[in-house]
Amino acid sequence: MDGMGAVGLRDTLIAGARVIDPASGFDGVADVLVRGGLIADIGPGLGAPEDAEVVRAEDAVLCPGLVDMRAELGEPGREYRETIKSVARGAAAGGITTLAALPDSLPAIDDPALVRLLRARGEETGSLTILPYGAVTRGCAGEQLAELGLLREAGAVGFTDGGRAIGPARLMRLALSYARGFGGIVVQHPEDRSLAEGGAATEGELATRLGLPGIPAAAEAIQVGRDIALARLTGGRLHFAHVSTAAALDLIRRAKDEGLRVTCDTAPPYFDLNEIAIGEFRTYAKLSPPLRAEADRRAVVAALADGTIDAVASDHQPRDADDKRLPFAEASPGGAGLVTLLPITLAQMHGGAISLPRAIALMTAGPADVLGVAQGRLAKGGVADLCLFHPDRAWQIEAGRMPGKAQNTPFDGRAVEGRVMGTWKAGRRVFG
Amino acid sequence: MRHLLAIEGLSPATIGELLNLAESYALLNRSGKTQRDVLRGRTLINLFFEDSTRTRTSFELAGKRLGADVINMSVSTSSVKKGETLLDTASTLNAMQCDLLVVRHDQSGAPNLLAQKVEAAVINAGDGTHEHPTQALLDALTIRRHRGKLEGLVIAICGDIGHSRVARSNIHLLLAMGSTVRVVGPPTLMPAAIEELGVTVFHDMAAGLAGADVVMMLRLQKERMTRNLIPSSREYFRFFGLDAAKLAVAKPNALVMHPGPMNRGVEIDSAVADDPAHSVIREQVEMGVAVRMAVLDRLSRPAVAPVKGARR
Repeated sequence: MDGMGAVGLRDTLIAGARVIDPASGFDGVADVLVRGGLIADIGPGLGAPEDAEVVRAEDAVLCPGLVDMRAELGEPGREYRETIKSVARGAAAGGITTLAALPDSLPAIDDPALVRLLRARGEETGSLTILPYGAVTRGCAGEQLAELGLLREAGAVGFTDGGRAIGPARLMRLALSYARGFGGIVVQHPEDRSLAEGGAATEGELATRLGLPGIPAAAEAIQVGRDIALARLTGGRLHFAHVSTAAALDLIRRAKDEGLRVTCDTAPPYFDLNEIAIGEFRTYAKLSPPLRAEADRRAVVAALADGTIDAVASDHQPRDADDKRLPFAEASPGGAGLVTLLPITLAQMHGGAISLPRAIALMTAGPADVLGVAQGRLAKGGVADLCLFHPDRAWQIEAGRMPGKAQNTPFDGRAVEGRVMGTWKAGRRVFG
Repeated sequence: MRHLLAIEGLSPATIGELLNLAESYALLNRSGKTQRDVLRGRTLINLFFEDSTRTRTSFELAGKRLGADVINMSVSTSSVKKGETLLDTASTLNAMQCDLLVVRHDQSGAPNLLAQKVEAAVINAGDGTHEHPTQALLDALTIRRHRGKLEGLVIAICGDIGHSRVARSNIHLLLAMGSTVRVVGPPTLMPAAIEELGVTVFHDMAAGLAGADVVMMLRLQKERMTRNLIPSSREYFRFFGLDAAKLAVAKPNALVMHPGPMNRGVEIDSAVADDPAHSVIREQVEMGVAVRMAVLDRLSRPAVAPVKGARR
């Protein structure tokens, strides 16, 4: 489907893994036969055809290739941080085979030609499908609406201004309203700009002690509350990215109960870390939105479990040392996240907050459904995008030794359980 | 103690030692003698990314009185390409074999960053809205000389607490030494959750100053008005400026302090600032030199070798 159908590849039989496909609800030990880039068969005790490569996968879990619905590429414009090639390397190592790319690059993805370019560049990697978001506004500058129709036609998976919140209520209303006609979600960075401006950390005792300009946690709920009202007004399809506070999650929970077309994702730092991580001015833990208080972290965990949160995205934001080795308030926010998406999400499974199928759903069918794309599922006859991982195998996250270019992980030194053993893109093994 | 980056985290014992040492330097300074052998052959660099004549001069004088070679480096943050400054500067300083580095920066945490990269002992001379440790030490020394102690005193810190590194360092120090600390100011200039540090918050000068032993005023930057944190300087002075009437509710012999430079008629009335019965503002400047001599002396000493057999 993405031109990656690999003709002439050897058949592969992945044998004996616990196969989990949240989209269909399948969860059981089975063999998966891959032929011609597609899943030829799924079932227990499949024989290996002659010449087939057999991957013994007892004790491992096989699931759809992960769908990362939010990542920054670095390219075009900030290749010193990350290139598409290095993103593809990191993604493959993290079990990610489909990635939705944020448009606030240089230039911003506000032109149909750029959307086509990114899709093509994804195919060139041979390991990663890139689904570009189109900008909501030209240059992601928050003023003039971009050509949403043309962007969608060129293959934009949705619309967002990336890390910049869509500020004026009128503009958001128009975006939600106009995008309806073309399909495609509007993804908001939920943060009231006037409250967040100049801030570097969540307002509270820690920011006060460190003397850092604070952003009140309420800046998130304020934006979410307004945008839900606009979704109600327009009937638009609204998605909130990296939600990180209890108050915002409560509003989203109620909007869903009301039947509004509202969804949300979060990212691993917001359920694994709290603001204490920035102590001693650690800029690698400077994120946007900033890390929150422990009570908010717990609320995010609860929302992962109760279904309020639809997806976990890597929120991969590559930065290099020069972006980060600055006084805290001047350092660029953002953390690398491709390789840590799976293990940090699995930590919630190991901690008992969510089941293994739920953890996988949050990284496969969940985001695929939000985006309305076909990836993120295992089906006979479907494209063989696969992730094979060992849920218990331990390793240590170490900045400087991660696959890909970006090394700015907020999880440096963290021991995790859950290791990707193999990643297949359209039937071809691209990692492991 | 390898660096002096913050008061937060210093033990009461360490603070007490520094104050005792500073006290002895205060007496030495008054006697007109010097001890130029203490830092002889050492290089002290004053690295100021933010203008501050008085703090820089105070460190310069302290270094010279102890015999150090003192060099002043002023770095205009705007002229240097953002980002490269600090770490490039650090490697330059390492090459110069600087022993003591005094840093003033407009960003919180900048001295911490430098301390990771330079070989010199780093002294924070004020970083953003984080800390200004030597100011808190000199304030404490001034109070102690007048009251003989810090424990049990009621100290009211008034004004723009939110943007004040002086307030933060003073809060940490005074609480560590057993004082009771109140912070007084309009809610828009009060940092979030400041009460978690152990202080009591007041938004009314009469209540905040009632029975206080010491009233510390903070400088109000003009920028606070343009950012709408307060409507005007005259309104500020009416409710939060220290004048004789507001001071009257404090203890009769209350000390009035200000880290300088003062905005007369904004946060403090001249009549109070210049009243010798209360104001110790001039003495703060004098103690500033003594405290900085003590800090330079202490940080230039070789680290104490671990006691044999002691647990490491």
